[in-house]
Amino acid sequence: MNLETPSPSRRTLGEVPIWRDERVLRASAQIVSALAIIGFIAWVVSNFRIAAEARGLDLTFRFLKLPAAFPISDPIIPYDPSRSFGYAFIVGLVKTLLVSSIGIVLATILGTIIGLARLSTNWLISRLALIYIEIHRNIPLLVLLFIWYFPIFSTLPPVSEAIILPGPIYLSARGIYFTWPAFTESGRAWSIYVLVGLLVAIITWIVLRRRRERTGKATYFGGVSLLILIFVPLLGWILVPGNPLQINTPYLEGFNFQGGLRFTPEFAALLIALVTYTAGFIAEVVRSGMQAVNRGQLDAARAVGLSYMQVIALVIMPQALRVIIPPLISQFLNLTKNSSLALLIGYQDLFSVARITINQAGRVIPVFFMTMATYLFLSLMTSFVLNIYNRRIQFVER
Amino acid sequence: MKRNTLYLFTLFVLLGLVLSACAAATSEPQDGEAEGFTRGAILSRVKDRGKVICAGRTDLLGFGYLDDAGNNLGFDIDLCRAVAAAVLGDMNAIEIVPIPASDRGPVLQSGEVDILSRNVTWTSSRDASWGNFTIIMFYDGQGYMVRKDSGIETQEDMDGASVCVTSGTTTEKNLAADLAFHGVEFEAVIFEDTASVYGAYEEGNRCDVTTSDRSQLAAVKEGFADPDAHVILPMIISKEPLTPAVPHGDDQWLDIVKIVMFGLIHAELLGVTMDNVDEMMSSDNPKVIDLLGDGADWGYSDLGLEKDALANAIKAVGNYGEIYNRYMGPNGIAFTLPRGANEHWTNGGQIYAPPIK
Repeated sequence: MNLETPSPSRRTLGEVPIWRDERVLRASAQIVSALAIIGFIAWVVSNFRIAAEARGLDLTFRFLKLPAAFPISDPIIPYDPSRSFGYAFIVGLVKTLLVSSIGIVLATILGTIIGLARLSTNWLISRLALIYIEIHRNIPLLVLLFIWYFPIFSTLPPVSEAIILPGPIYLSARGIYFTWPAFTESGRAWSIYVLVGLLVAIITWIVLRRRRERTGKATYFGGVSLLILIFVPLLGWILVPGNPLQINTPYLEGFNFQGGLRFTPEFAALLIALVTYTAGFIAEVVRSGMQAVNRGQLDAARAVGLSYMQVIALVIMPQALRVIIPPLISQFLNLTKNSSLALLIGYQDLFSVARITINQAGRVIPVFFMTMATYLFLSLMTSFVLNIYNRRIQFVER
Repeated sequence: MKRNTLYLFTLFVLLGLVLSACAAATSEPQDGEAEGFTRGAILSRVKDRGKVICAGRTDLLGFGYLDDAGNNLGFDIDLCRAVAAAVLGDMNAIEIVPIPASDRGPVLQSGEVDILSRNVTWTSSRDASWGNFTIIMFYDGQGYMVRKDSGIETQEDMDGASVCVTSGTTTEKNLAADLAFHGVEFEAVIFEDTASVYGAYEEGNRCDVTTSDRSQLAAVKEGFADPDAHVILPMIISKEPLTPAVPHGDDQWLDIVKIVMFGLIHAELLGVTMDNVDEMMSSDNPKVIDLLGDGADWGYSDLGLEKDALANAIKAVGNYGEIYNRYMGPNGIAFTLPRGANEHWTNGGQIYAPPIK
């Protein structure tokens, strides 16, 4: 294209007046709106700074180094009130990450199962899944959270009369105590074997799978990786002196159980509420994704003689995932953000710690800014990672 | 991708600025005082509006609660009424904004309310960052409540126990400091909402111990299904001087609220009650005359008050002792709590006000 030469028609028709020249109009509209936005932001910022200064509000982050002085229930990483506000904020972040990462995994599994159940040809299973979905999609999360916490978890019997489930697992008003293997002295050495086994298994999986895709020959990548995954830790178990794991059974001492793995009632209620609620939405996402795959695909796959599992795994799922992943990302983000309701049932997550910090340190604006930035960062990171995956599974258009 | 990230980043920064600005904007009073409060600003907005806005509560028996008819009453609420009666001549010209404990700092800092009268403990850091504190109206201290059958008598007995506490309070910090001092490991169970704290303690078996100001524990215990199954332990682990507070920046308003409080305290010492204010106007005790405003102008005009402001306040809610006894006296409608430190200094207590002169 030659931009130097003006179009002949324009030249012959004479000069267009400047106020009717489309290019000028467009550019000026851009400039005016940019100026308006910049001006608005500048006004807001300056107004805000003047107001803050007049009220003597300290907008710096120096307070983060001061001792927090407040306790945090079930801090997960070592914490005591002599640690700083900044560290307390990190404790809150860890608690948010813990509940949302476990929640995302469990909600995906539960949601997929219910979504598949919804598509089942068995009338009863499909109706039960429908009832589950409709209940969980139509009741506010906060209501579910309160139901799980107040009438259910906090009215469990006192520790001395704990309900004993096989395991043994102890259920009481102080939480759920699982019998759980704990690492002994030699456990650390053994855990290296486990990690190495996992790493080698993953690499083998990738390498063999690539070869299979390239050559079309059966490489049994699943079986081989699984063998490595089992064999290496087993080798470690034999080589490492002593018993690396010890079964840790909870026992009652004083006011509470000691030992074992503990879920506090707050954590358990929050996790269950988040998982069951989000699973209702994920089930619908999965169902719609499966139904979006053309019926002909299924028929064709069956016609070439694939087994039912192969049809699902090789034909339906890869196509359904393209539809499923984008709305699934927003469900993951919702779950993470919804975890901030935790403060209403006494789970000290990021937002709860932030609220307490605002009060104890008297710094509303810096703390809210930190909190917003952290949630935003978490959400952007989640969607960033999942978008990479999403791009990989999309159709490659040629 | 890089470009997208850049866009997102810019968007985030803008969003952050806009939102933080909104926080400042919503906190601005309607009068548009972006410059913070200056002398006289609060009194003039109170007069324009025709009512005093107090941050209070609706969930603490005795201090700020709802009766069966849904009226908000209590010790803290009456202090707010006294100011309304003094400034506007009408004790009902108030609006109570119920807030959780963790919002007490923000509502003062933003100047949304005229008075924070919601059993607030006066501390140096709150004085520095929240607002101005007036005068201690209730001497309280933090205590522990346990079930009688728990066998807990001292802090050492609490090793391994779960303790329910409200977040964003001095209480949670005192709890951590006290039990750390006694070398006791404990599990803190922390709620933002007071009702959840006591619900988890009483009905829930979630906690072995709950802790708060002793006056609050006495109030809450009264509301339990079986008050006799619980006991408030004798130790007092902190000073909790409960004090009404006002926003920073307006000295005149600070003085007004202080003087009204002084008046309530003096009235009890001088025997002025809500019923005999009019008769006492003709008393031959010069201190009574000074208090009720028939004497000289002891600073009232500088503060924009009428001479009978304190008389109106006393006529509306009664003197300090009447307010106390109404809710917490021997026949109090909420519960009974001995005056103790809340007696006048002349009776061995700590209640003391500077003279009206």
